[in-house]
Amino acid sequence: MNFTSPPYLTQNVSVRRIMLQVLAALLPAIGVYLWLLGPIVLVQLAIATATALAAEAVMLKLVDKPLGLFLGDGSAIVTAWLIALAFPPMAPWWLIVVGVAFAIVVAKHLYGGLGQNPFNPAMIAFAVCIVSFPALMSRWPSLNMDASFADHVAVMFGQLPRLDAMNGATPLDTLKTALKLGEGQVSVGAILADTRIFGRMGGHGWEWVAAAYLAGGLWLWQRKVIGWHLPLSFLGGMVALSGALWLWNPAQFASPLFHLFSGGTMLGAFFIVTDPVSGSTTPKGKLIFGFAAGLIAYLIRVFGGYPDGVAFSVLLLNLCVPLIDLYTQPPIFGMKGEK
Amino acid sequence: MFSLFKFKGGIKPPTYKADSVRFPIAAAPVPAQLIVPLHQSIGGQPHPLVQAGDRVRKGQRIGAPDKWISSAVHAPTSGTVIAIEERLAAHPSGLPTLSVVIEADGRDEWIKRQPVDYGRLEPEQVRELLRDAGVVGLGGAVFPSHAKLTAASDVPMEELVINGAECEPFMSCDDLLMRERGEDIVRGIGIFRDLLQPKRVLIGIEDNKPEAIAAMQAAVKAVGENFEVIAVPTLYPAGGAKQLIRVLTGKEIPASKRSPDLGVQCFNVATAYTAWRAIAFGEPVISRIVTLTGNVAQPRNWEVLLGTPLRDLVPLMQPKADTNRYVMGGPMMGFDMPGLDAPIVKATNCIIASSPAIFPPPAPEMPCIRCGACAEACPHELQPLELYWFARAHNFGKTQEYNLFDCIECGCCSYVCPSRIPLVQYFRFAKSEIWAREREKENADAARERFELRNEREEREKAEKAERLAKAAAARVAAPTQQPADTGQPATEQPAFDPDAAKKAAIAAAMERARKQREQVKPKNTDELTVAQRKEIAEIEARRVPLQEPQNASNAEIQRAQREEE
Repeated sequence: MNFTSPPYLTQNVSVRRIMLQVLAALLPAIGVYLWLLGPIVLVQLAIATATALAAEAVMLKLVDKPLGLFLGDGSAIVTAWLIALAFPPMAPWWLIVVGVAFAIVVAKHLYGGLGQNPFNPAMIAFAVCIVSFPALMSRWPSLNMDASFADHVAVMFGQLPRLDAMNGATPLDTLKTALKLGEGQVSVGAILADTRIFGRMGGHGWEWVAAAYLAGGLWLWQRKVIGWHLPLSFLGGMVALSGALWLWNPAQFASPLFHLFSGGTMLGAFFIVTDPVSGSTTPKGKLIFGFAAGLIAYLIRVFGGYPDGVAFSVLLLNLCVPLIDLYTQPPIFGMKGEK
Repeated sequence: MFSLFKFKGGIKPPTYKADSVRFPIAAAPVPAQLIVPLHQSIGGQPHPLVQAGDRVRKGQRIGAPDKWISSAVHAPTSGTVIAIEERLAAHPSGLPTLSVVIEADGRDEWIKRQPVDYGRLEPEQVRELLRDAGVVGLGGAVFPSHAKLTAASDVPMEELVINGAECEPFMSCDDLLMRERGEDIVRGIGIFRDLLQPKRVLIGIEDNKPEAIAAMQAAVKAVGENFEVIAVPTLYPAGGAKQLIRVLTGKEIPASKRSPDLGVQCFNVATAYTAWRAIAFGEPVISRIVTLTGNVAQPRNWEVLLGTPLRDLVPLMQPKADTNRYVMGGPMMGFDMPGLDAPIVKATNCIIASSPAIFPPPAPEMPCIRCGACAEACPHELQPLELYWFARAHNFGKTQEYNLFDCIECGCCSYVCPSRIPLVQYFRFAKSEIWAREREKENADAARERFELRNEREEREKAEKAERLAKAAAARVAAPTQQPADTGQPATEQPAFDPDAAKKAAIAAAMERARKQREQVKPKNTDELTVAQRKEIAEIEARRVPLQEPQNASNAEIQRAQREEE
């Protein structure tokens, strides 16, 4: 007889299933991107995916882990897609390759591979690239530009010079710059009145991407792939600080709604802070992690020098996870009255 | 309306119970040979009371309890003892255990059964009766029941919880017992109630067993008791004693406490049934209801004589062709039977014929991704993911800091783990390592103590001897000078006193005394033994050496089981 160990029954769950569901939850946002920018988004995703799988395969080979099992777990593809979606669309192909390769090789495998990375690999990629290539990482295409898919591809691969329309700023950046230039004389309301840039909530067109992330995230929550603690506390942190400042001085600070639907807020809330590997694991720890990440992301995007703050705030909190977890261990069954 | 409490975590695996409840309980045939392990409960291993060649009757005591936490073992049928030897045990270790092998004579002749009216007995006598009838927790933990029937001296007993939840998938032995023998169960509960004097008696049954709930309600009414029969939500492990106590009373018992300290105690329904049979009919525990199910043509509950080898049950269940092994217990906490020769014991509530289709081979283990599903599923609100890291790193001190010993090994964490990590195995490993180290430390401490005591004794003896010698020498020196005064004879007639000779004589006398002392200390009962007795002693000595380990292990087991109760 061959011996096995209980429990003999197991739930139909696997790392692969979780990762596939995360990928599926990104599809609505990818759909909106397609509608806004055309198929160039798919090219960016394809480059990222191919780089991730190649880098993953090489690293797995180096440490002698089973290729089929680990390539098939889907975690590298999730990292790749998150990077492709967090980077400016139509970024040069090599920028994507550098970002993804750095994420997989350094942020993931040099720390021990799946489950071992202390930092969110996608956010490491974003941080590395925005520090190394700040100009390229800050240029977002205008949605009103008139260029064909072939032009997009040519630009991406350096065959055509970048069009002016591809060198815009994000609505967040635009607002920040306008407020700075106005030196307190221009009100947020007046700036945001330009709905061609800012749309109704957080950026013309981009607010729909944010809404799609929200939809995908809610689906993940409903499927119990992610819990409510992290997304809600992250959004809570963002709303708390932006709301307080907005109430104090609505002329100089945009409303919480604007901040929820612009930049990487929704992507961060449902797909970045929810990364289990690099995040806190206790219920209280998750609330602290999410809330602090939301606060810091807001501080960086509003008062800092970068167009958005999600990446740096999440990395900062990743650093604090061991400490947070240590001090937020929940009381166990039967020991709640005692310390 | 009775208000229930909730416990955190838990899982809802498919139950697979419907198949085995279609037929009533049937009596399994008496096998040709029975292998009755002496150690069938938590606690001390009972001493054999019979010898090879003895004729035994059904219900005759063949193993006497060792110390208070132990329970008697009885002959399940009449026949001849053909051997008392190590036999394969129904235990995950697959190690042999001392067993009484009985060849059945087919007559199934009872001893003279003596029903008693327990109302006339002192509580202590009732507890002794239960111990001598072999009544132990039949939910699977086999803790001697009599040892749980004393209320805490300083805490009033508030609730007596009776466990009919039966939360493990596949299992239906308690379900059928409640449906068919509810009144005996209720009367058994009455005994427990009288001994513990609780304010309330609560019978908890998972709500997926409406027939059992109805049967128990009717039984309570028929017997005229005021016990409350309560349907509890079906959520594994609601049948864990601590979870059921939580659901019914709201009390949470940590590993560091025993339930009577919180004014509550818990027994399984089948235990109550056997208690009643033992007291009111004089029938000790010689059989139990076993669910035979799984990959079989004939899933059903059987009343099986303890000691029946698994092999003899195979024809009853008719396993299908692709059956590859048999699991004892449920799929969440059970284990692989080590072989077809392993017997049914008091802990055997269920045998599941298993096939790759029913229990697929485990998927490859992936790294932990810290998703926290295990922590959400843990009914004891532990952080299995942290425990796993520490256990893996052999950081056992940390595992204890993270409350490893509150883990009841229910398997919920492994069930939900997307990385397919056998978490429970890691925790069992860590626990056994910690026990082993504690044992080692205890042994080392004991050895050191012995060594120090010996040194001390030797020092003392040396000092005493020197003192004695000095006294004797002094006496002899004094003697010749005193003598003349006594006898009046001239001192010159006495031989000259030689100090050396006196010393030598003293040494010779001391050696002679020491020799005699040594002889006296020798155990006297080994002097006039027959050859057979000497051989037996040699055999026992030989057996004792390998037995040291498991005996020590069982001490740890006792402590654990005392905490875990049922």
